[in-house]
Amino acid sequence: MTRYKVDLHNHTLLSPCGDLDMTPEYIVELALQRGVDVLGITDHNATRHCRLAQHYSKRRNIFILCGAEVTTKEEAHCLAFFETYEQLDAFQQYLDEHLPNIPNSPDLFGDQVQIDEDDNIVYEEPRLLTSCLDESISQINKKVKELNGLFIPAHIDKPKYSVISQLGFIPFDLDYDAVELSKFGDKEKILKEHSYLKDKTFTRASDAHIPDVVGTSPCYFEMETRSFEEIRLALHQEQGRLVSLT
Amino acid sequence: MTVKELAEKMNLKIFCGETNLDRTIEGCYVSDLLSDVMGNAKSGMAWITLQTHQNVAAIASLKDLSCIILVKGFEPEEDTLQHAVEEEIPVLGTSQQTFETAGQVYQLIC
Repeated sequence: MTRYKVDLHNHTLLSPCGDLDMTPEYIVELALQRGVDVLGITDHNATRHCRLAQHYSKRRNIFILCGAEVTTKEEAHCLAFFETYEQLDAFQQYLDEHLPNIPNSPDLFGDQVQIDEDDNIVYEEPRLLTSCLDESISQINKKVKELNGLFIPAHIDKPKYSVISQLGFIPFDLDYDAVELSKFGDKEKILKEHSYLKDKTFTRASDAHIPDVVGTSPCYFEMETRSFEEIRLALHQEQGRLVSLT
Repeated sequence: MTVKELAEKMNLKIFCGETNLDRTIEGCYVSDLLSDVMGNAKSGMAWITLQTHQNVAAIASLKDLSCIILVKGFEPEEDTLQHAVEEEIPVLGTSQQTFETAGQVYQLIC
């Protein structure tokens, strides 16, 4: 087994709150400099920068996990990850169908731009990406699982936008692969109030919106190699794979 | 005031809990953050919310609330309704917004 440094939660400049310096190329470069082995790309309700990040990871020692940070109808943030571009695109289509038609106001919320390899803007998302989808957490969870994806409620220790803040506790019928802690999230404190999580895997991630933060609150995966299925095994603590917060 | 009296006075739709409408309403809590409700709502309160997830029924039961009032025409999800029936929690509904709903409840019970 090899121990890998993992940061699964990063926003690019496509997210309105993502700094305009957060280009996929720069995030990959920073992650490499900081020794990150597995990097998740998770814009708000969007997957459009995953391919570009993966492009910059080619022939370099970093694995990109493609996904999004979805906002459920209940305003709970959850990470979703997919293995193939086919699944990723199917999920993007689902996001496009279920994002409400509330226009972004770049002056208030920030720009929502997609760029190409030459840093040209190729798309600007007109709808506000931080809105909640018109689908419930159960419906989104079902969609992610239909596409064989990974589902991780984000920053569950936070007093806002977390499944626990919004719904009081994690619904017992939710099919999730792990739970995520934010930078200072205290696993023991959470377990005191949410003992049903005792056998669940906890990850930690930076939730980076600015360059300084990329890769700064990692966790560690012990796996044979870096692949989607190995990551799934680690999240499920199966076949000797595991996730450690330290 | 009982849940039944409140439902009649405000012309609320009754989704479930018909057999428990004789509960007395002791105060009211208005919040869409279920963690906040878990931490702060008191036994006997009516709960005004726009959340329709099944955890709403679980938390109303846990906190022994007198009823749930869904605003803006929202309806309980199927599993929410099922849980509310099991937990014997009246779930009521109104097409009004939270502001008007809370204002009317305040006038009726305070």
